[in-house]
Amino acid sequence: MTTASAPHPSGNLENLPTLLEARFGGSASLSKASDDADLIIDVAELSVLPALCKYLFEEAGASFSGTIVEESRREWNIRYLFLFRSGSWAYVTVRAPIETKTLPSIVAGVHAADWYEREAEDLFGLDFEGHPRLGDFVLHNEIWGEGLAPMRKAFDARQQHFKQKPDKNWRPILVVQDPGAFAMPVGPVYEGGLGESIHFLLETVGEDVIRAVPRLFYKYRAVEKIAEGKPVSDVLLLAERFSATSAFAHSLGFCQAVESAARTTIPVRARRLRLVLCELERLRHHAGAIEGICQSTALSVSEAHAAIVEEQLLRASCAFTGHRYLFGLNTPGGLRRDFDEAGCRDLRLAVDTAASQLRYLEARLRYSSSFLDRLEDVGVVSPESARDLNLLGPVGRASGVCRDLRRVCPYAAYPEFRVEAPCEQEGDGYARLRVLFAEAQESARLIGEVIASLEPGEIQTPLEQDSSGAALGWVEAPIGAALHWVRLDSIARVERYRILPPSFRNWHGFHVAVEDFAFQDFPIILATFALSAAECDR
Amino acid sequence: MSFWFWHGLRRGIQSTRYPRAPESARGITPGRPVDTNFASAAEALQAAAQCPVDAITSQGEQTFVDLAACIHCQRCHFGGPRPLQWSGDFEWAQLPRVKDTHDPLPGYFQGSVHIMVVDAGDCGACLREVKQLNNPLYNMHRLGMFFTATPRTADVLLVVGPVTTNMRGPLLKTYEAMPDPKRVLAAGTCAITGNIFGTTFASAGGLGTILPVDLEIPGDPPPPLAILHSLLVVTGRKPPAPRSNDQWTVRTQGPGCRRRGTDAVLNS
Repeated sequence: MTTASAPHPSGNLENLPTLLEARFGGSASLSKASDDADLIIDVAELSVLPALCKYLFEEAGASFSGTIVEESRREWNIRYLFLFRSGSWAYVTVRAPIETKTLPSIVAGVHAADWYEREAEDLFGLDFEGHPRLGDFVLHNEIWGEGLAPMRKAFDARQQHFKQKPDKNWRPILVVQDPGAFAMPVGPVYEGGLGESIHFLLETVGEDVIRAVPRLFYKYRAVEKIAEGKPVSDVLLLAERFSATSAFAHSLGFCQAVESAARTTIPVRARRLRLVLCELERLRHHAGAIEGICQSTALSVSEAHAAIVEEQLLRASCAFTGHRYLFGLNTPGGLRRDFDEAGCRDLRLAVDTAASQLRYLEARLRYSSSFLDRLEDVGVVSPESARDLNLLGPVGRASGVCRDLRRVCPYAAYPEFRVEAPCEQEGDGYARLRVLFAEAQESARLIGEVIASLEPGEIQTPLEQDSSGAALGWVEAPIGAALHWVRLDSIARVERYRILPPSFRNWHGFHVAVEDFAFQDFPIILATFALSAAECDR
Repeated sequence: MSFWFWHGLRRGIQSTRYPRAPESARGITPGRPVDTNFASAAEALQAAAQCPVDAITSQGEQTFVDLAACIHCQRCHFGGPRPLQWSGDFEWAQLPRVKDTHDPLPGYFQGSVHIMVVDAGDCGACLREVKQLNNPLYNMHRLGMFFTATPRTADVLLVVGPVTTNMRGPLLKTYEAMPDPKRVLAAGTCAITGNIFGTTFASAGGLGTILPVDLEIPGDPPPPLAILHSLLVVTGRKPPAPRSNDQWTVRTQGPGCRRRGTDAVLNS
C-alpha cells in the first residue's frame, strides 16, 4: 500500500508549521503544546483530515498510535495520535458538533487506523466515510442489536442489551470465492480451552490459508466504559486487571498518565524499582512466549524447560512482591511498598538463573533442525507491511520496525540506563523467537544493573490536590507500546479513560503472517506472535 | 537431536509431591488475608475500609474476610495503615454460598478425570495459572487429570473470567455438549463474583448467574496448587475448604456489624 517514505526533512519538528502551512493552508493549523501532547494540529476543515494524516504518516515519518474519541456535552473531540521519530507526541484534533454522524475515514492513507475506526463505529455510533468495512467488530452482530453505542454518555452500562437468543441466520462474510473454497473455523473455545477466546475463520481452497482475519472481542468487558466516573484508585484496579499478563506495565501506564495530569515528580528509588518490575514482567512474559513456541512445534522437552523457567520467575515475583503477577504495587505517585536488600538479592539470583537457563535453551534450539524447519521462512511479515500496519513490540522489531518507547521517549528510570533493543529484518517466526530471546537477556541484564544502583530513599510522592486535566501515559509493555490516556475531573474522578493496547494493533496485522502459509503452520505463527486477546478486547 | 532425550533424563523428577506431602516452596501462593484481631474497634473499622471490594467486614475488634470476593489487591497487606494477617496456604476450593452439600464426581473418576477449560473473559492470569498445571513442576497427569480438547469427553468444566456477553453462547454450548455426570468449577474471583468488572451489559458478573456452580476457587488469580486442590476436591480425594464467607455472612447480618465506608450499623 505505502512504500518506505523519506524521513522528515528536518528530522525534528522545527519546520513542520511552515510545511503544514504550505500544504494545507488555513485548514490545519498548529496550536501550542498542551499538558498531554508536544504538538497539536487543529483541523478546521474535515475534508483535509485524510490528506493530513497521510502526510504525517508517509512523508513526515510519524507512526500512527491510535484514536481517542471523546464526547463532551456539545461536541465530539477526536484525537488522532502520532509519534514522531524524535519522540514527540502529536495530536491531530477534530472538533465536530455532537449531531455529527459521519467523519471522513483516514484508512486509505493510514492503513493502521482500520480497526480504530471500526471500534469507534461500534462503540460511539460514528460512521466513517470511505472505510471499506464497518460493523460486527466489538459488538458481535448475532447477539447485539443495531444502533447501540455503549460508549456514549447516555448509555446505561448496567442494563442488559443483548438478544437472549442469538440470531441463527447470522453468517460471517466469506471473501474467497474460488471453486472448492471453504472456511475452517477455529475457536472461540479451542486447544481444550487453554487458548484465549478468539475466533479464526481460515479461508482456503486446499493446503494454504488464503485469508485469515481473527474475530476478537469475545472478552469485551467494557473497561473504558465502567472506568468512567470512578475514582483513580478504583480505575487503577481495572488498569492492572484487564490484561494480567502485563499487569505491571499497564498499571504503570495509567499511573504515569495520572502523575502527568497532576504534574508530580516521582522519587528516584521508585522510578528505578518500577524499571526493575517492568523488566521482570517482560522476562517472565517472554519465557512464557518461548514456551508457547516450543509447545506449538511439539518439542516437549524444550517446552518443559521453558515452562519451568516461567514458573520459577512467577515464584520469584511472588517471593519478591507478594503477588505472582505483580498486582497491587503501583500507585499514582510511586510504589505502594519498598523492597529490602535481601529481597533484591534473591530476585537478582532468580533472574540470573532464568537468564542462563534461557541461554542454554537458545543454544540447544539453534541445533534442533526439526524445530527450526517449522519456524524459518514461516509467517513472514515484510518490513514494508510491518511499517504499513505499524506493528509494535517484538513482532515489529523482528520485521525491522525497531521503535522502542524505552529508547524513543524514555519514562520511569529509562533515561538513566542504556537499553539495547534487538532488531531483526527477516520477519519470520525464527526472527521473532530470536528477538524474544535477546530481549529476555537484555531485561535480565537491566534488572541486575538497576538493582546494583539502588539507593535508599522515598518511594512515593503524594499527588497534588488539583489533578484535573487530560494526560497521556506511555509504557513499552512486553507485547509493545501501550498508551493510556485519561481525563480527570476536579475531584480526581476519571471522566474518560482510553487504553491503546499493543495487542490491538498487532492482531490487526496478524493475518498478513498467516496468509499464504499452510494450515499446519497456523498454530506456530500464532505462538510466535505471542499476543493477548484480553489486552486487545479490554 | 538426541541431546533433548539426555537433557530430559538428566533433569530428573521436578514435580511437587503435593498432595502426598505438603508443598512449601517460596512463591507458590500469594497467600490470603485471614480474620484478624485488632487492638480497638476503630482500628478494625479502618482495616475493613482499606478493601476496595467490600470483602472485609469488621465486628468489634475483629475483621472477617470473604475470600470469594477478595481480589488480591494487597491493600490490606502492605502500604496501608492497618495490615491484616495473611496466611500462606493454598487449599481454597470451597462450596458456593448457594450450596450446602459437597457432591463430588463418582469414585471411578479418581484415576482419570478430563477437564474442559473455557475462557469466558479472563484477563490472562487465571488461564496462565491453569496452564501451569501441565508443566513439570505440577504435572497433573501423575494424578490422572487431563485437559481435553472436546466437551464430549469432558467431566469437569473449569471456567475462568466473569462471563462476558460475547462468550455466553460458546460457554453454554460447551456445557450442553458435556455428558453427565459433570461438574462446574468457577476459577478465580472474576468467575465467582464478576470481580471489579461487575454486572454490566458486557459482563454477567460471575458464572453463578448462568450455570449451576459446584465448586469455587477464590483467588485473583488462584495459584496452580489451588486449582489442583479444587480438582482433587471435585473427584472426592480431598474435602473442600471450610467456606471463608460463612463467618462473613453471619457478621454482616448480625447485630452491631459495620460495613466499609458507612458508619451505619446494619440490622442493629
